[in-house]
Amino acid sequence: MKTVPAEPKGVDSGPHFMDGDQAIAEGALAAGCRFFAGYPITPSTETAERFAERAPEVGALFIQMEDELASIAALIGAAWGGRKAMTVTCGPGFSLMVENIGLAAMTETPLVIANVQRGGPSTGLPTLTAQQDMMQARYGSHGDYAIIALSPDSPQECFDITVEAFNLSEFYRVPVIILTDETVGHMHEKVVIPPAEQIQVVPRNNYSGPKEDFRPYKFDCQGGHPMARAGDGYNFHITGLTHDERGYPVMTAEQSKIVVTHLMEKIHGNADKIIRLDEDQIDGADVVVVSYGITSRIAIKAIQDARKEGIKVGSLRLITIWPFCEKRIRELAPKIKAFVVPEINYGQMVLEVERCAGGKCETISVNHCGGAVHDPEVILAAIRKANQ
Amino acid sequence: MTTDIGKFKHDSPMSGTLRMERMPHIWCPGCGIGSEVNAFAEAIKRSGIDPKKLVVVSGIGCTGRVAGYVDFDSIHTTHGRAIPVATGIKLANPELTVVVFSGEGDLTGIGGNHLIHAARRNMDLVVICNNNFTYGMTGGQVTPTTPHSAIASTTPYGNYEYPFSLPFLVDAAGATYIARWTSMDVRNVTQSIEEALAHKGFSFIEIISPCTTLYLRRNRLGDGVDMLQHYQENTVLKHGCDTRETAIDFQGKIVIGKFVDKVKPTYLEAVDQCCVKLVGDDYQLYGKTIPEREAEEKAEKEKVAARRAAVLAEQTEANE
Repeated sequence: MKTVPAEPKGVDSGPHFMDGDQAIAEGALAAGCRFFAGYPITPSTETAERFAERAPEVGALFIQMEDELASIAALIGAAWGGRKAMTVTCGPGFSLMVENIGLAAMTETPLVIANVQRGGPSTGLPTLTAQQDMMQARYGSHGDYAIIALSPDSPQECFDITVEAFNLSEFYRVPVIILTDETVGHMHEKVVIPPAEQIQVVPRNNYSGPKEDFRPYKFDCQGGHPMARAGDGYNFHITGLTHDERGYPVMTAEQSKIVVTHLMEKIHGNADKIIRLDEDQIDGADVVVVSYGITSRIAIKAIQDARKEGIKVGSLRLITIWPFCEKRIRELAPKIKAFVVPEINYGQMVLEVERCAGGKCETISVNHCGGAVHDPEVILAAIRKANQ
Repeated sequence: MTTDIGKFKHDSPMSGTLRMERMPHIWCPGCGIGSEVNAFAEAIKRSGIDPKKLVVVSGIGCTGRVAGYVDFDSIHTTHGRAIPVATGIKLANPELTVVVFSGEGDLTGIGGNHLIHAARRNMDLVVICNNNFTYGMTGGQVTPTTPHSAIASTTPYGNYEYPFSLPFLVDAAGATYIARWTSMDVRNVTQSIEEALAHKGFSFIEIISPCTTLYLRRNRLGDGVDMLQHYQENTVLKHGCDTRETAIDFQGKIVIGKFVDKVKPTYLEAVDQCCVKLVGDDYQLYGKTIPEREAEEKAEKEKVAARRAAVLAEQTEANE
């Protein structure tokens, strides 16, 4: 990925004390996001409010749309209008966005969506934490497509991951979802925003060659294909219909194979380049705790206590949620007794861990129905059980 | 005699405005959308606007296919979402002229919320609404504008709901240019589109149009020509008409004309006014100050006027 230093105008360098939601807005501005369309929903509103407050001085545009359907639609328009664009929401709003996440995936439109997860289902627990939208982020829209999802565990990482989300989104021309949670979203911590020259961003890759050679798509299962900006004279056509490389509808089984394979493999075929994991004491471990977001910080206490008891326990923190780190789980499974997977849902990512472990070791789910973080004792009990 | 399709497409007066390589289109014989697209293409030519700076956005349905046939930057969106996509484009690059061309089911049914909010914001968009009283692509179901008592595939015993009057709806919501014509009124449609392209703010043009295959057949109203006859006999031209008086009854009178044409700050002008007060004269949107953007707009306006004058002179000459 070709990167350039961030534009200083969007970078509020220095130490700050802010919550995760606000850090997402700062990360977006640093990454060059200049268009935000959103609709208020707890516990994500602080991102929108921060962006709205900062937009005039940065020269960005904030618009509060009439609903989440409109918000994501406006991002698609803004992206093809030449801007980096983002929105923020949580479960109920994300549910309204999923149709156009499919359109963005199909039309290979770069955009970033932060989902500050709260407890569901339905209106559920509007002010309380959860990690229940992990599968929805991956599979929410109809049809086969792939996206990238990242999960921060602190306000600092909210900033860093948002920059990364934009970079991945621009390169792979794909919606990137920041899967955070109410606890990280509302947690105030120190956030250090580096000087602009130290923040590397992927600039929009606008096509500039001859018109007759312009194709909005290249079905080569790779990222990096340029897009056109409305008004540059390339007369692009994009559609949610199955299309050829010119963007024209071709509704056949043969074309569907070409398009769907590209959309899937563009992400999954490059999983090794995309995936980031945070590993601790995995070598020689008997038990590996797989966690993400706020739960990974709760798990630290359980892991430390288990180590005091002499249990060889490692930590695998998922920074990249999707594509899932299949290869790493497959590597580890035969070497350990068990994976322990705590998460604030009824058992979602544990399904992926179990699938990839393929019966080579035990997989223990430490589920939670939302509204609070785990008691570390519960995770510790699972680690002890796993070590038996 | 055989027709050389390739030559025909190349020589077509629509070549340059329509993607001739995508012809023939999908619309039925007698459908009004073809005439509307012709009027649109003509209006674009006459308007003098730079075709590079024009974007067409459609939703889903028969009219939703318009975006696929016009030779401009064009987006075929999901059902109902053409207006918010268009809003995103316009706000991302204010120098673009953004046209939404879609059907009444798309714009006022599934997308109705976006229609009223774009009108409320006076978002600088041109919305062309083909109103054929039916969801054509899916087989002729009832829409929010189907006249009371008309038959549709989902109202087989007659429509017991009451329809929207679209000029009244968008007027109440805040649209600043509103006109209604039928697909027979090709010159008026062309002129209205030209005016709307030049208008700053939310423009709404409703075009009543026959769906020959479904609405007309199911209601035993004859074919496309019969419906044009009906339009000729039953349209009432009333420029400036109070939009409360524009309701359409089954096979009743259709009030046509330009109902609203007024000046109000657009969404972006309102943003500028607010931000310049806050930040001062240094205020920039996407790196450009207000005077810089105004100067660019003025220069573009002069080019548009020159192109328009040239096209009109050429047309006058051809007519003489």
